[in-house]
Amino acid sequence: MWAMVVKEFRELRRDRRTMAMMIVLPVVLLVVFGYAANFKVRDIPVTVVGPGAREAASALREPTFHVTEVDTAAGEPAARARLRDGQAVAAVVTGGARPLVLLDGTQLFSAETAESALAKMAPAAGSPAAEVRILYNPMLTTSWVMVPGLAGLILVFIGTLITSLGVVRERQSGTLEQLAVMPFRAWDIIAGKIAPYLVVAAADLVLIIVIGMGVFHVPFAGNVAVFALGAALFLLVTLGMGVLISTVSQNQGQAIQLAFMIILPQVLLSGLIFPVASMAAGVQWISYVLPLTYFIEISRGVMLKAMPVSALWEPLGLLALLAVVVLGLAIIRFRRDLAPGSRHAQAQPGAEELAAV
Amino acid sequence: MRWGLEDVGVSRGRKVALAGVTVPVDPSRITVVVGGDGAGKSTCLQVLAGLLEPDAGTAHRPAKERIGYVPATAGLYADLTVQENLDFTADAYRLSGGERDRKAGQILEQTGLGGARGRLGGQLSGGMQRKLAVGLALLHSPELLILDEPTTGVDPVSRADLWRLVSRAAVDGAAITVTTTYVNEAARAACVVLLEAGKVAASGSPEDILHSVPGVLGTVRGAERPTPLSWRRGASWRVWAPAGRLPDGVQPVPPDFEDAVVAAALASELGR
Repeated sequence: MWAMVVKEFRELRRDRRTMAMMIVLPVVLLVVFGYAANFKVRDIPVTVVGPGAREAASALREPTFHVTEVDTAAGEPAARARLRDGQAVAAVVTGGARPLVLLDGTQLFSAETAESALAKMAPAAGSPAAEVRILYNPMLTTSWVMVPGLAGLILVFIGTLITSLGVVRERQSGTLEQLAVMPFRAWDIIAGKIAPYLVVAAADLVLIIVIGMGVFHVPFAGNVAVFALGAALFLLVTLGMGVLISTVSQNQGQAIQLAFMIILPQVLLSGLIFPVASMAAGVQWISYVLPLTYFIEISRGVMLKAMPVSALWEPLGLLALLAVVVLGLAIIRFRRDLAPGSRHAQAQPGAEELAAV
Repeated sequence: MRWGLEDVGVSRGRKVALAGVTVPVDPSRITVVVGGDGAGKSTCLQVLAGLLEPDAGTAHRPAKERIGYVPATAGLYADLTVQENLDFTADAYRLSGGERDRKAGQILEQTGLGGARGRLGGQLSGGMQRKLAVGLALLHSPELLILDEPTTGVDPVSRADLWRLVSRAAVDGAAITVTTTYVNEAARAACVVLLEAGKVAASGSPEDILHSVPGVLGTVRGAERPTPLSWRRGASWRVWAPAGRLPDGVQPVPPDFEDAVVAAALASELGR
């Protein structure tokens, strides 16, 4: 047994990536997720509209509420638009028989916190109690919020892990070397490799959404084309990450390790489980570079809030930027793997003509 | 020299993988690069195929479309059938309908894999996999065929089949280079390049190499190794005396090709 133990330690010592995963990663994860794992929402952005907006804003004494806008000229439609576009989580509409408080039900924890904070606030003497209305997810159903996010998580899984394994398998079996000598461009190989995964992942996405709607009764309130655009951009990023992982992995074990390191932060820091707004400022910055953060914003926005493309240009644009950067890097690295250049080589295209003669 | 390597040098970190290596590869001829493990054979072929950039020297090769390459791992798709492997290669080289059917039929017949069209690449025996790999590399009638140890680990019958395939391609006009660790296979070549620790220990036709052995060669029976410059041949020892004087009791014999290759490798080792 001792011989096995010694052999195993020797192998482990040389496998630096596994060592890093076993020692460094838990420490990093503990610190990062310690700051991220927080369901408590301390800062709820509120917009207050209507003729009595100023008085209502000053009456919001609970420190949880952070009044970001007071507009005496605007009414309920404007308040609803702010909530739909994600500019506020709560909106107070004045001017009616009694104040109306609208809450964004897609922000599950924020809405719950706001609801309990409002319940604690006693109305001023002589003034009627506010009417609270939760929009987009009236029963604050967890599955309505989770299903659009889980769809993204499954796409990350297929796009990143399965794609990287597919490319690494070519490297391990020696067929990548064969492909490099065949008359393919790097882009042909990448596009050819990721196209089937793109199709399978797209079919998977449709399946998840249909099951989510059928079994969990999750609504699909928005435009399918906007959702498809977001999903396509997101898939390109995840597939690009898969190819990128494969370029730095020599075998499938290494690819799985790296994919795990990329998938785990997306599960915990993208807003899928913990609200991004509740995370420490430093950790929030990490979530801003994760593609799943933006896909969740798009999928929840379109499915639950019917957000139009004009309100989603920011996450869509950032996903497009990530797609360009990640796919660009993947192509550059993959091309370097396939064709080392030909500074000292004399490939003679004229040979075809000679042979033809 | 139509294709091949000219004075090529490759370094990997501090280690010199190839130094001043020239490998001529001409149409209708087979050049065999022979050498032990780690001699630099695969590196030579990787440079010739364009997979590795040399630090010095020149690689002469045709355009990618005119190269056929079989890596040491055979480079087959284990999860595709024999026919699907053929289809993929034909598509990659854009072979037209009539041409691809004719060539695929020819390859299946020559490799004896006609009855295994529907079998997965991974389910074929080692010898069948190698034959299919060489067949795939020949599908588009390449001008330059590069084969990295196609016969390693293959049974003698399959080795003979493989060499028949390769010889037929040479007859059809292909310039072929093959690496091998089997000295007897090198004797079939028009040109042999003997590599030893990344350098050319001997180069030329098998006759040239046979006649280039300096000193004399002898044979002696016995259990103990007679001199440091001796090697086993069957039940007896071959003893090489570069200075021309054999030890007492050693009978002089004319060297054959295998002796010449071993002596050239030893001479290269002595020169280092």
